[in-house]
Amino acid sequence: MLKYLFSKEENIPQGTAALFFGISSIAWFIIGTGIGSFNAAKLAFPDWYHGLYALQFGHMRQVHVHAVIFGWIGMAFAASMMYITPALGNTRLWSEKLGVWNCMLYNVGLVLALSLLWAGVTSGREYSDHIWPIDLYIAFIMVVPWSLNVWMTIINRRTQGIYTTNWFFAACMFMTVITFLVGNLPEFFHLTGLNEAYMTWWFAHNILGLLITPVAAAITYYIVPKITGNPLYSHRVGHLHFWSIVVFYSTPAAHHLMSSPLPEWLKSFASVEGVLILVPAVAYVCNILLTMQGKWSLFVSNIEIKFTITGVLLAIPLNMQGGFQQTRAINWYIHGTGWIVAHAHLALLGFSTFAEAASVYYGMQVLLRRKLYSASLANFHFWMLLIGFSLYWVSMTISGLIQGAAKIYEVPYVDVVIAEHPYMIVRWLGGTMVFFGNIIWMYNMVMTARAGAVIPVGRQPVEIAYTR
Amino acid sequence: MAFREYKIGCMMFGFALSFSMFVTIFLPGIDISSMSSTKVALEKQLTYGWETGFNYYDPFLQGKDKPIKVVLSKDPRTGAAIDKTNAYVFPAGTHFPNGLTHDNILGEKVQEVSRDKGRVGEASEEAGGVFLVRVDADDTPYIEFATATRGWTADAVLKASDQQLLAGSGKTMFVREGCWWCHTLLPEQTQDWQTFGRPPLVGDFNGESPTTFGSDRKAPDLLHVGSRNSSREWMTMHFFNPRLVQPHSIMPRYDYLWGTKDAEGNTIDLHAWDKEYMAYAAGAEGSIYPPEVPTPASDSEARMLIDFVLNLK
Repeated sequence: MLKYLFSKEENIPQGTAALFFGISSIAWFIIGTGIGSFNAAKLAFPDWYHGLYALQFGHMRQVHVHAVIFGWIGMAFAASMMYITPALGNTRLWSEKLGVWNCMLYNVGLVLALSLLWAGVTSGREYSDHIWPIDLYIAFIMVVPWSLNVWMTIINRRTQGIYTTNWFFAACMFMTVITFLVGNLPEFFHLTGLNEAYMTWWFAHNILGLLITPVAAAITYYIVPKITGNPLYSHRVGHLHFWSIVVFYSTPAAHHLMSSPLPEWLKSFASVEGVLILVPAVAYVCNILLTMQGKWSLFVSNIEIKFTITGVLLAIPLNMQGGFQQTRAINWYIHGTGWIVAHAHLALLGFSTFAEAASVYYGMQVLLRRKLYSASLANFHFWMLLIGFSLYWVSMTISGLIQGAAKIYEVPYVDVVIAEHPYMIVRWLGGTMVFFGNIIWMYNMVMTARAGAVIPVGRQPVEIAYTR
Repeated sequence: MAFREYKIGCMMFGFALSFSMFVTIFLPGIDISSMSSTKVALEKQLTYGWETGFNYYDPFLQGKDKPIKVVLSKDPRTGAAIDKTNAYVFPAGTHFPNGLTHDNILGEKVQEVSRDKGRVGEASEEAGGVFLVRVDADDTPYIEFATATRGWTADAVLKASDQQLLAGSGKTMFVREGCWWCHTLLPEQTQDWQTFGRPPLVGDFNGESPTTFGSDRKAPDLLHVGSRNSSREWMTMHFFNPRLVQPHSIMPRYDYLWGTKDAEGNTIDLHAWDKEYMAYAAGAEGSIYPPEVPTPASDSEARMLIDFVLNLK
């Protein structure tokens, strides 16, 4: 990597930035899920690792969250955008050199940001835990150069129109910058009280709704038609998805605070808008699944489609939960319980991660022009992720329902803790499976770069996946 | 080749996003900002000071730049007996909460009474001073600058106090140590009244930052915990090792907040304590009682955190 930082633009091979982002994202995925697994162990057996004061749960929880969001998901997005955007524009990335610098400064910034959180230097705001100097670093050193590369590549495209994936990439990067700067206003200008509380959740909602889910969806809009060879089922339904994301997904922030003393009109408005999230959700899922027509065998035989479609299928329960759990009728029961933790992992580890994993698998093979080193290890990774995630999701959903029941029947809290104990163990087990799966993935990707069979010019990885 | 520029799409996008931000930020912002402070909000601001997350004056969240809450039963100036009174001492240089330095935080009426009756306009951060929370005849809560109205200086109040609570520094610990990842300070309006007490009102948060509205509750809500359990001994044991008082607790131990020396100046050896405790927990012969929990030193972080929790009435 270092040699490309000071190379001339024309001497940097195409796809370098995407490759560095891709491999970094896998490394951060291992770190993030490793910390997650460790945290889960703490919740099951609080005294097990006693003495490691450096790894206190209260400090490590946010390190886990930000390692997976900014490290894994963020960098997998950057990797995807840096090879998909030029491919769809029939052009090169606007600046590989900017991309390589961006990747380096992204990693440096993330190490710095997570170290500060680890040390307890925090703003005390969930999802915007980073202190404001780090917020500015993230916005202007990590996100703006990345966005610039995406926007300029689209502007310099050599195709007439812009494909669905690229609308999402361009718009989501714009909305992310806005969300980051506006959502952290309480820190920049020391806003206090309910304004601070509401803005915290405005940020958290929008960073998920305007970056993480739509970009993951945009990736699947590329991967599925590309690998199956089918055109996207409907460009117009894609429009419906895009516009309803902008209009409906950017408005229900207050539904995260349904039982807090926010103005009632705001909660009601947010709740209605929250149900309308089903519009983009249904449009998206139908569009992708119908694109698969006639090519469903790839769901079994092709690793990227297997990951992508699993992610899309997980988006169905995700959006059904998301649309309805925030209504007053349901929210009072599950708010603040493990159900929400399960839902958050369904969005990030279920839907989003599966889509990005497919994109990183595919992108690395295409950019390296090398076939995956081992399809069996990739399948093993898939099942570790899927089974691990399912164990996590099911156990946390059950423990959330236990907490909800205990809440209304006014069971002494310690009895809830006792009842949840087995589920905490299962959650740890599931998280650990994901962690080990990712180590296997890293090995597979490194071996692909070193020893994968070369893909002949003009062929796609999917075509030669089973040829020796 | 003339490329499509997507002008209409870009304009529609700009319009949609701006309208969304108008409805979700501007309108709630003006509505929330019009809420008047309750008495609780005034007490919280005076207890927690300016900011309990990362800030210039306490970048490593060590509990610096915080007021001290004291309980008085005699007038610090005359020595005459008075009703039990909470006073908030801001040593010289301590930064004031937003409600004292900015308009539109306390609410119009509260600010007016605080200014006219409470004479808060005479307070300055450089000189510091003592504040009280009072309620006037119309039931309007207000802040009184007791250094001006009663001549109570910070030093005299600290000297005359029955009890000093470092609850402001304790909230910094609460934020830094991530207590709020499991313990909310927000009983829910729908069903928490019986178990965790009265949910907060709209005006209860004015001037507080951060409000620590976490998404996750893995442990009891603490907003009124000091009313349910006011035992400092219990809290001390619970923070040192929660399993001493609640065998099924999954809370981490916070024994490292005791620092190196206990209240008597003895060195604390956490490793030796743990060894003795594990022998006790395993039912070793002759180990009938768990080892003694050291009393936290008066300047220890443990003391700050315990003060914060006991102050949550």
